[in-house]
Amino acid sequence: MTKNEKFAMEKFAIENVSRRGFLQGMFSAGAFVLCARLVPQPLWAEGASAGAIDGAAFHPSLWVGIQTDGTVLIVAHRSEMGNGVRTSLPRILADELDADWSRVKVVQGDGDERYGSQDTDGSHSVREFFDVLRDAGATARLMLVRAAAQKWGVPESQCVADPVHVVSDRNSSRKLGYGELASLAAKLPVPKKEELKLKSPDAWLYIGKPAKGLDAPDMCAGKAVFGMDVRLDGMLYAAVARPPVLGGKVKSVDDKATLQVMGVKKTIAIDPFTAPHAAQPLGGVAVIADNTWSAFKGRNKLQIAWENGSHVVYNSGQFKKELQETARQPGKVVHTAGDVDAEFAKGGKIIEAEYFAPHLAHASMEPPVAVADVQGEKVTVWSPTQDPQNVQEQVAKALGTKKENVLCHVTMLGGGFGRKSIPDYAVEAAVLSKKTGRPVKVVWSREDDIKFDYFHSVAAMYMKAALDESGKPKAWLQRSVFPPIGSTFDVSAVYGSDGEMNLGWTPFPFNVANVRAENGKAVAHVRIGWLRSVANIYHAFAVQSFANELAYAANRDPYEYLMELIGPPRVLDQGGHASQGIAEKYPYDIGRLRHVAEMAAEKAQWGKRKLGKGSGMGIAVHRSFLTYVATVVEAEVDSQGSIRIPHVHTVVDAGIVANPEMVRQQFEGAAVFGTSIARTGEITATDGAIDQSNFSDYPVARMNDAPYQTDIHIVESKAAPAGVGEPGVPPFVPALCNAIFAATGKRVRELPLSRNGFS
Amino acid sequence: MVHLKVNGVDRAFEGDPEMPLLWYLRDILGLTGTKFGCGMALCGACTVLQNGKAVRSCSKQMSTLGGAEITTIEEISVRGPHAVQAAWVDVNVPQCGYCQPGQIMQAVSLLKSKPAATDDDIDTVMAGNICRCGTYQRIRAAIKQAAKEMA
Repeated sequence: MTKNEKFAMEKFAIENVSRRGFLQGMFSAGAFVLCARLVPQPLWAEGASAGAIDGAAFHPSLWVGIQTDGTVLIVAHRSEMGNGVRTSLPRILADELDADWSRVKVVQGDGDERYGSQDTDGSHSVREFFDVLRDAGATARLMLVRAAAQKWGVPESQCVADPVHVVSDRNSSRKLGYGELASLAAKLPVPKKEELKLKSPDAWLYIGKPAKGLDAPDMCAGKAVFGMDVRLDGMLYAAVARPPVLGGKVKSVDDKATLQVMGVKKTIAIDPFTAPHAAQPLGGVAVIADNTWSAFKGRNKLQIAWENGSHVVYNSGQFKKELQETARQPGKVVHTAGDVDAEFAKGGKIIEAEYFAPHLAHASMEPPVAVADVQGEKVTVWSPTQDPQNVQEQVAKALGTKKENVLCHVTMLGGGFGRKSIPDYAVEAAVLSKKTGRPVKVVWSREDDIKFDYFHSVAAMYMKAALDESGKPKAWLQRSVFPPIGSTFDVSAVYGSDGEMNLGWTPFPFNVANVRAENGKAVAHVRIGWLRSVANIYHAFAVQSFANELAYAANRDPYEYLMELIGPPRVLDQGGHASQGIAEKYPYDIGRLRHVAEMAAEKAQWGKRKLGKGSGMGIAVHRSFLTYVATVVEAEVDSQGSIRIPHVHTVVDAGIVANPEMVRQQFEGAAVFGTSIARTGEITATDGAIDQSNFSDYPVARMNDAPYQTDIHIVESKAAPAGVGEPGVPPFVPALCNAIFAATGKRVRELPLSRNGFS
Repeated sequence: MVHLKVNGVDRAFEGDPEMPLLWYLRDILGLTGTKFGCGMALCGACTVLQNGKAVRSCSKQMSTLGGAEITTIEEISVRGPHAVQAAWVDVNVPQCGYCQPGQIMQAVSLLKSKPAATDDDIDTVMAGNICRCGTYQRIRAAIKQAAKEMA
């Protein structure tokens, strides 16, 4: 379940599939097509070579194809939700291929397990596929070079892929375009991996160079096709009335008024789920109509009596007290070093603090939506999904068919943030298509989206430190309590998984001799899921706020104190807090953590600029998704408590960066996402039902709330590529709260800011 | 029967008079460039021009639109990208891109009324359009760039 670290070190074999005739209709006769096929783990021992693959069972996966006219087609097998993968991933391959980017076309891959994981979450698209994409590009380039050598009858060493999209003869002015070489290259065997010459970084054409979004022109013209935009002939539209309390059921329904609404065809019951709810629909009553509006209007006229079930006991105010009470008691120890209790027993200056962070909803601009067409055993789904293979699996399970019978086309996603990795909405569409015998589009309203989310978990944290005479902690205890994501898949789950603990709670980065990290029990009463950076949000809030509190308790500058806490450059023993392979490839390098903090302070001119009354700077540093980030936020607070954020500096060390332009976008966006969390992000429940419904009562940051200027500074690095979609979020929230303390002297221990008299 | 013009074409609507313009555009006419975000005029994803001025199509009932001239994102780039769209691409504004047609239509309307829009003008008017990916500072930069090119 350690989803964010679940990717295995997958291995790929590159094959020449030019003559397999697959992807028919996509390629012209004579096209040169290579495929990087996932090697199943049992075959690793035989070496990741093409020979280990059963040709008869062949199926395309990651691939690149060169048409005889020179057009290069590259599959994007990950989901595009603003993360830039449709631009950044193909450019890695195109670089080693020495392809002309203007002649590259990107084709969106359907759901297919042969791609390896397609689950676009955990900020791992680039880091997982960087090597195989380079290998695939370099393989194709070498084969084109060999084709030219053969054609000219000269040694291979005389041929070079230079400048782009052509192979040149070093001894003459002869050149052959990739298109001209395609049909010859298509007949050649695939070179061994040892024969490949990967480019040195100084020869990279695209990797590390900024590139704009491939899809931006279509998006700006309204032509990009999102899930919401899919239209099929004969398609029906559905809106679903779902039980307001998790696990609720329909007691009785009166649909007379609904059936009077112009455009409404009928109503259909959707069965309640069998626990655990996982990705199953919540159940309820669907209104089927010939357009979205009629379905919505008809749904409003349903008279439904609900049977609420056991989660009706959920009230956020009371639950908060329970979480806080649990956080004050000893919990399960997830990390320990030295002897915290002995040190606390010695007395001295003891500091305690409690932090609290509420549930959050994803509220991606495109609410969940899916189209399904069930024809006998065959099911086709069009969905904005982060995980098309999960769509296949869950739809197959719900309809009692095989996964292979479900085809999932991935549309553009109007935001995902983790919500769209769980495909309950696609299952609803499939169930309704089966019942109506027609293609059905299920459209979630904004109210549906906010009330029936897989919520980011509510969390309470308890922190305690003993300071020595110089104000430095001798002992540090931290305890977090939150209903875990595991509860969505296992009703008995009450503790955070290792994965959740590894999101900002363990390993412990500060240089403190006696440390203990704990986790307490909590029962979930709503669906809990992944939200951009996940448990890092509340963990970083507590750790980085508490570090700031200790600095003031020690009467020290918060930045200097933070640097002392981080301590000298060293490689942190991750003590089993990272999956095997990850810890080796990505050592936890405290030197890199120090460096981002130093650079952030320097860029923001920490301590060097005189700030006016009501203004302050806050700093926070956090490593997540293998990326080191430091953020300095400047905040101004007026006498009414109204906050303005004039400037943010974020420093990112994500190792080798595929596309710095996309990295900037992700971290600019993370500052805004963090602003939403900090200022107003709060979901609550009363008697089991969610109180919020739309942007009126679940406000998110608007232009005038967001930081006016966010500067992103990318550290040049030769380290392995790390995540960029999520790591900007965790340090932002405590950096802002620390800035507010500097500006006002008011410490924020409970999010959001709107609960603390700020607006 | 409601008679209106959509992107220069005469249209007659005979359906539910309460249907919002948004769903008429998307589901009946197939103009899916205009997006659904909240249904309550809170987010601006559905912004179109009505007689040249930005309106939220999710909250304009068809019964109120007799004689109206509606312009959608599809229309403004019919003769190549509009200056605002070109600036959007140049500044590389979009991330997921879903809210951007609404942002662009709002910006087109803003620059029509205030060709030299200041930061305050931009913040005030564009605050009605939510971008969950957080592209606001690039939106501000793109509007200023478009303003220069249109001047």
